[in-house]
Parts: sequence; C-alpha cells; structure tokens
Amino acid sequence: MIENLKHIFGNKIIDYVKNYDIDTLVAKKEALIQMISFLKNEEKFDFLMDLFAIDYLGYPDKKFEHRYEIVYNLYSFENNKRLILKVPVTEENPSVDSIVSFYSSADWYEREAYDMYGIVFNGHPNLKRILMYEEFQGHPLRKDYPLKKRQPRIDLK
Amino acid sequence: MGLEKAFGESWVTSKMEFAINWARKFSFFNYPFVTACCGMEFMSTFASTYDIARFGAEFPRFSPRQADVLFVVGTVNQKMAPVLKRVYEQMIEPKWVVSFGVCATSGGFYDNYAVVDGIDKIIPVDVYIPGCPPRPQAVLDALVKLQQKVQKEKLV
Ligand code: SF4
Repeated sequence: MIENLKHIFGNKIIDYVKNYDIDTLVAKKEALIQMISFLKNEEKFDFLMDLFAIDYLGYPDKKFEHRYEIVYNLYSFENNKRLILKVPVTEENPSVDSIVSFYSSADWYEREAYDMYGIVFNGHPNLKRILMYEEFQGHPLRKDYPLKKRQPRIDLK
Repeated sequence: MGLEKAFGESWVTSKMEFAINWARKFSFFNYPFVTACCGMEFMSTFASTYDIARFGAEFPRFSPRQADVLFVVGTVNQKMAPVLKRVYEQMIEPKWVVSFGVCATSGGFYDNYAVVDGIDKIIPVDVYIPGCPPRPQAVLDALVKLQQKVQKEKLV
C-alpha cells in the first residue's frame, strides 16, 4: 500500500515511518483531499477514528519549521489496518481543507481543533466553537496561551 | 416574617423562632446540581446505607423552585457558571448552599482556563465539604453543621 501511495503522490509525501507497527505518513496539505479520497475509496480506510492538532511551539529537538500538525487517525474495518496521516501547517496560515465530505465524524473533531488550536478548516459546514463559549478569546490549548489567564465570566443568554 | 409585629420582642417571638427553625432544619428539600464525579459519592450518601432520611433531608426536588438546599456537586466550569447562578436565583427564600467536594469549593486541582475557582465567586455558600470526593460521613457532618446553622438563624 505504501509503495502504491508513494508512486501516486510522489513528493507530496514528506516522510514515512512505522511506529509501533502502525504506518505513519507525513504529507503536504495541498494533497490532503486527494489523499483522503484515495485512502477512503481505494484503500478502504472507512473509519476516521480521531482527528486532532498538535502545537510544536518550544518542542525540544524540533527538526522542522512548521508549528502545528493535524493528525488523522484512520482505520480500515475491511483490512483491519490503521494509518496515521499527519499534515503540517504553518503558524502564519493555520488552515487546511475540511474532510467532512468524506467522513461526517470529522465535523466535531474539526470544530474541536478549531476551538482549542485555532486551526481553520476550509469548507467546514459549521465551523464554530464546540467546547468553549462564543465570547471566549483565543485558543486555550495553544502553547502560548498563558496558563494562569482567566477571562471574564459570561452572562446567561 | 411579621413575628415582631404580632408579638413584639417578647418570649413568644423567640419560641416561635425556635420552632420554625427546628421545622426547617429537619425538612430540607435538596436540589442536587451534579456536574462531575462527586455525584457518585452523593448518590451513595443518599442511598440506604447512610440513610440520610434520619436527618430529614432525603427528598431531592429536581426543580430549584421547590428546593431549600442547593448541593453543588462537582466541577463547575466557566460555561456552566451562569447556569448555576440562574438556578440559585430561581430558588425561593429561605435557601442554603452546600459546596460538595474540592472542585466546587476551590476549583480543586483544575487550575486552568475552563474551571471556576470556587463557586463562592458566583453564589454565597453556607457549608463547604472538603475531599475529592468527600466520604459520606463528611457529607452527613456537613448536613448536621448546616442544621446547627439554620437553628441559630434569626427570623426578625
Ligand atoms: S472533587 Fe474530586 S470527585 Fe469531586 S468533582 Fe472534583 S475531581 Fe471529581
């Protein structure tokens, strides 16, 4: 499968490793939609188990430039296989295409990543905060959100 | 209550006060505002082993308008805070508040952006119960302390 992917996507794949027996791919964000579509339709990854973001600000021994990574955790019931797909995004433009049209479970995952990290998912049908309230300023799981910062309490609408 | 109008500051007033407070303290209607894990311990306190009916407080009302004691059980976060305030405001006088567990009392170990550091930032509290979660004995102790407090209240 990996040879197949490498053949099709070529230099869109930045890195490939096998962690704990799970294939882990790092791919450019331009290729995301194409890749997800390929993985879902051709490789039968029919289940999106998880989707989340990572903030690498101040990460020790960081070898790359980008700040955030979005991680897609895919599973195939048919082949009993797992695949981790990572997509790096930069600090200046933390956005990536939404995959809600492929997996509807991505809807709330993407809203959570938006709420906590401020990642913008282009084409998401309803991209607003899911856990914090609307008046909340900033994105609390970013590493540069102050630990002791408190925001004014809201009134009941 | 108009007692002093009827009787002035005579011994009848103070005896009436004693009787009313006595009646109140043995007929608490609770409103459990349960938001987190402490709820489990709350349930076990209200179950048969500890028999909270001994203290006349076994009857939970699930409408704040019919309750006298608000049990805030568990973590209250910033998003929930206005709801708790509204619930408290909906209760009619006389009303008391028990803060159940360290989360409700001080925020506990949740020292972060999401959790209110103590419900006394939002509403007045009569009795705090420490513990994560508190043992049922601690809850009963708090209930007895609340009864003592109610008995000492002034009506005029
Ligand atoms: S005090 Fe402990 S048991 Fe109670 S709600 Fe907080 S974390 Fe849960």
